[in-house]
Formats: sequence, C-alpha cells, structure tokens
Amino acid sequence: MSILKIPTPLRSYTDGRAEVTVNGGTVASALSSLIEQHPALKPHLFNEQGELRAFVNLFLGEHNIKDLQGLDTPLSENDRLILIPSIAGG
Amino acid sequence: MKLRIRREALAQIQAHGERAYPEEGAGFLLGVDNGEKTVMHILALPNAREDGARHNRYLITPEDYLHAELEAERLGVSLVGVFHSHPDHPNQPSEFDREWAQPYFSYVITSVEKGRAVESRSWLLKEDRSQFEEEKIEIL
Repeated sequence: MSILKIPTPLRSYTDGRAEVTVNGGTVASALSSLIEQHPALKPHLFNEQGELRAFVNLFLGEHNIKDLQGLDTPLSENDRLILIPSIAGG
Repeated sequence: MKLRIRREALAQIQAHGERAYPEEGAGFLLGVDNGEKTVMHILALPNAREDGARHNRYLITPEDYLHAELEAERLGVSLVGVFHSHPDHPNQPSEFDREWAQPYFSYVITSVEKGRAVESRSWLLKEDRSQFEEEKIEIL
C-alpha cells in the first residue's frame, strides 16, 4: 500500500483528507484505487478520452513521473505519491 | 454563492494585475472556508509561461503550488482559490480557463485596461466542468 497526497481543491472529494492510502504496484493502479474509493474525483483527473488531464502532475519523491516511466512507474510499499495541479489559464 | 474578501487583499490583487500589465499576473487566494470562503491573504507568484505567451496565458508551476500550500499552512489558513488578470480583456473566464480549472477553487479575474485595474469578478467551476458560475464578491 502507498500513500497518495491530495491537493487542497480535491480534498472535498476525499472527505477532507489530505492523504489517501491506495493499493497497486504502479502509479496507474494507485490512481485506479483512488478513483475506486472516491469516484467523484474521476472527471477532475481524467478527460472524456480517459487520459490524465494536462494539469495533473504526480511526483514520486522529488521526481515527476513524466521523467520516470509515466503511469507505469512502479511503486513500492510505503511510497508517497504527491498529486500537484499545474495552475493555469488565459 | 459568495466570496468574502478583505479590502486589502482585493487591492493587492488589483495592484499585482497592474504591475504585470501588459502580461497576465496570477497567484493564490488564502483564507478560511466555514461553508463560505473568506480571503484573508494573497500570494502573488511569477507567471511561468514562456516569453510571448504571458499576455494571454498564465502558469503557476508545481513547485510554486507546493510553496503556496506550505505558506497557507504556516499562516493557519488554506488555499481557497486563484486570481489572475486579463489585460485589455473582459473579466470573464476563457475556454482555456475552464479546461485548466480546479474544482472548489474560486477564480478571481481582474480586467486591466491600459494598465489600470478596472474590476474583479469571481467564478466557480460547475461540478460537471461544463462552465463557470459567477459568485458575488463581498468586500470586507
């Protein structure tokens, strides 16, 4: 089991919790575990095509998973994954 | 829906929009949420978009986002929204604003015309992400 840290704007979907315990050996399965526990989060993390929205960043320690193996990045027991939104607009 | 905001915080938001002109300026709204949000402080941040894009786009990096969460914690408050300016453009959210919007956050947009802040309005993303709804600003 790993820990997924939730940013402030998404905590209203996790009963106010800043951290959620998730199952899974990869980042993708950890996200599936998160959605399974809190289904209303899904449209805010994934677009209509099922792809991760552009503003979603996931860090494993100090490393953005985009610089590792993306959603296939393996997770070990007790890893801490941090979800951070890019804040943008025009 | 209503966003309560300290007069001083709103003045800082508008001053930041004027300083950033003709580019967009942005940052976070810090405050409390007791069923109704009250903005007590702001945290102005650099616009991380590349040269040539900052006149109609803004970006706050993940590093600055983490810094803002820590700053809010230090002040004993939380992040309740984002502010940004629209240089020479109405203070209504664009389609790009909607695509990148976070749920829950209040988005305060200030129109800055010829370098002068004109008006700020606040917007909240609908739950189905289809559009923003305006929330009235109450100045404290």
